[in-house]
Amino acid sequence: MLQRRCAVTLGAAAILVGTGFTARAADITPAVVYSVGEKFDGSFNEAAYRGAERFKTESKINYRDFVVTNEAQLEQAHRRFAQAGNDPIVGVGFLQTSAVTTVAKQYPKIRFTVIDTVVDLPNVRSVLFKEHEGSFLVGVAAALASKSGKVGFVGGMDIPLIRRFVCGYEQGVKYAKPGASVIQNMTGNTPAAWTDPGRGAELAKGQFERGVDVIYAAAGTTGLGVLQAAKDRGKLSIGVDSNQNGTHPGSVLTSMIKRVDLATYETFAAAKAGTWSPGMRVLGLKEGGVDWALDQNNAKLITDEIKAKVEQAKADIVSGKIKVHDYMSNNTCPQ
Amino acid sequence: MEEAITFAVLILSATLRVATPLILCAMGGLFSERSGLIDIGLEGKMLAAAFVAAATASVTGSAWLGLGAAILVAEALALLHGFACITHRGNQVVSGVAINILVSGLTIVFGMAWFQRGGQTPALPPEARFMPITLPGTQALADVPVLGRIWGDLIGGHNLFVYVALLIVPITWWVLTRTRFGLRLRAVGEVPLAVDAAGISVAWLRYRAVLICGLFTGIAGAYLSIAQNAAFSRDMTAGQGYIALAAMIFGKWRPFPALGACLMFGLLDAVAIRLQGVRVPGIGEVPVQFIQVLPYVLTVILLAGFIGRAVAPKAIGVPYEKEH
Repeated sequence: MLQRRCAVTLGAAAILVGTGFTARAADITPAVVYSVGEKFDGSFNEAAYRGAERFKTESKINYRDFVVTNEAQLEQAHRRFAQAGNDPIVGVGFLQTSAVTTVAKQYPKIRFTVIDTVVDLPNVRSVLFKEHEGSFLVGVAAALASKSGKVGFVGGMDIPLIRRFVCGYEQGVKYAKPGASVIQNMTGNTPAAWTDPGRGAELAKGQFERGVDVIYAAAGTTGLGVLQAAKDRGKLSIGVDSNQNGTHPGSVLTSMIKRVDLATYETFAAAKAGTWSPGMRVLGLKEGGVDWALDQNNAKLITDEIKAKVEQAKADIVSGKIKVHDYMSNNTCPQ
Repeated sequence: MEEAITFAVLILSATLRVATPLILCAMGGLFSERSGLIDIGLEGKMLAAAFVAAATASVTGSAWLGLGAAILVAEALALLHGFACITHRGNQVVSGVAINILVSGLTIVFGMAWFQRGGQTPALPPEARFMPITLPGTQALADVPVLGRIWGDLIGGHNLFVYVALLIVPITWWVLTRTRFGLRLRAVGEVPLAVDAAGISVAWLRYRAVLICGLFTGIAGAYLSIAQNAAFSRDMTAGQGYIALAAMIFGKWRPFPALGACLMFGLLDAVAIRLQGVRVPGIGEVPVQFIQVLPYVLTVILLAGFIGRAVAPKAIGVPYEKEH
């Protein structure tokens, strides 16, 4: 026990752990466990933070959060919050699967929400995104912005989730320009594929040499290498997860954004209203869970034609007129 | 025909870019190991240098300061390794692994503390990087069919480090085989007792070897973060230090064969990148997995059948204890 206390204290010493004050009374006592990395990472964690902050501002209920520096701390963080009676607890990112599975079994009365992964337990809500729908939209934009009729895709680790991105992207490209072709590369088969910007840049260069002029990168930090290579060569790139348009203004065509903030906010709000339910929740275009990014950084790249066509596709997907095939539904992509 | 040459030129030029950090690390490791010190810590030194280079370049806006800082940090780690293994006769593998683990954690912690971007450093503008050099005459030759490609993309069009790496190989060879220092260095890796008996300090020789190793790995790290890429990201060396180590052993601890091994790894990587998703006549689309497994399969085949026995320096891994 003492040992564990020490470990927890040590972990907490280096890490910010909420404010210590939690509104108890009849209110909920929410908590967030971020994915590995910094809170303000310009990506997943920051989005979850924004969602929690929005809830705090609107409901005046404070929340606690935990920044982990490695994967092993995730379980500790969840257990710590569960012991303290925090409810609901949100875990961000697909790394949380085993930590939440373990802790949620031990604390069956506490409500957990995992984002971007699935934990099948009666007290866990799993929030997923329809990445294929968002990827479809950026595919439309890529096809219309391409002058050569060849667009590229660089994925991170070769897993079904990333295949879902590229499959949706391909469908979008073909929808906008039936004759256009997509050249796709996966960076690797190990987790190192997410953290190799040098290889990302090489893959991008290889695609540019084959005539590609727009590349969609869904590859974590490897993708930053792709964005950089596009910038260095005066080509276009498409960011992912968060709005990466500002990374290289004028070179990033758009970004496929996943609204992790919305998922976090919704969980807290539902818990407060008493409407929280376990099970799967899948957020698509219709629910506002995924989208394409348009701001002042890429306004000059997005012509009226592109904008009109993408918005049209978006409306059609929401209304059900266009059905975007989900790779993960049967592990194939229609050619 | 012309298309084939263009393809070959682009592959070879990518080979050079990918192989550069491998060559630098392999040469660094070669000095260290020829003096009798195992250096598993190539990866860690390179990673630390990459981080410091990017951090310094992003704060000061100067690529050269970034390079300088990278070399300093790699040297500091090299000295740490030397202090543990030469002065205190510690286990060389343990010390190297410790450096790798330490750096992998520290770079992220400092990165988070200084830049608040989850361990990454901000993207660098071109002024704070080493950009590809355009050789004189590239413009004039651009329209000449084959030569223009070769001059502009294969011989030219690389950043400074690529040329430095290629230059370091003959220098390493010359130092090791043609200078008094090199001779003594090799002797100290084989029979340190003899060197000691001749009145030459074993420790000082080995320290100089790790310092040279630090210099080269520092340059390799800077190449990764401020020349090839424009920022540091966590664990961005992605195992290249180990591959360099393998290349060096492949090359039987000799500079030119080690260069060949580095280029082979680079070539396989470059080919793998370009063959992905390409339709090969008669075979169809080559599966990604097949391409990615190629380097490893070839490694096994070459090691088993073609390379022959690789003999390490005799005193490698053995701390030297002076007799009293």
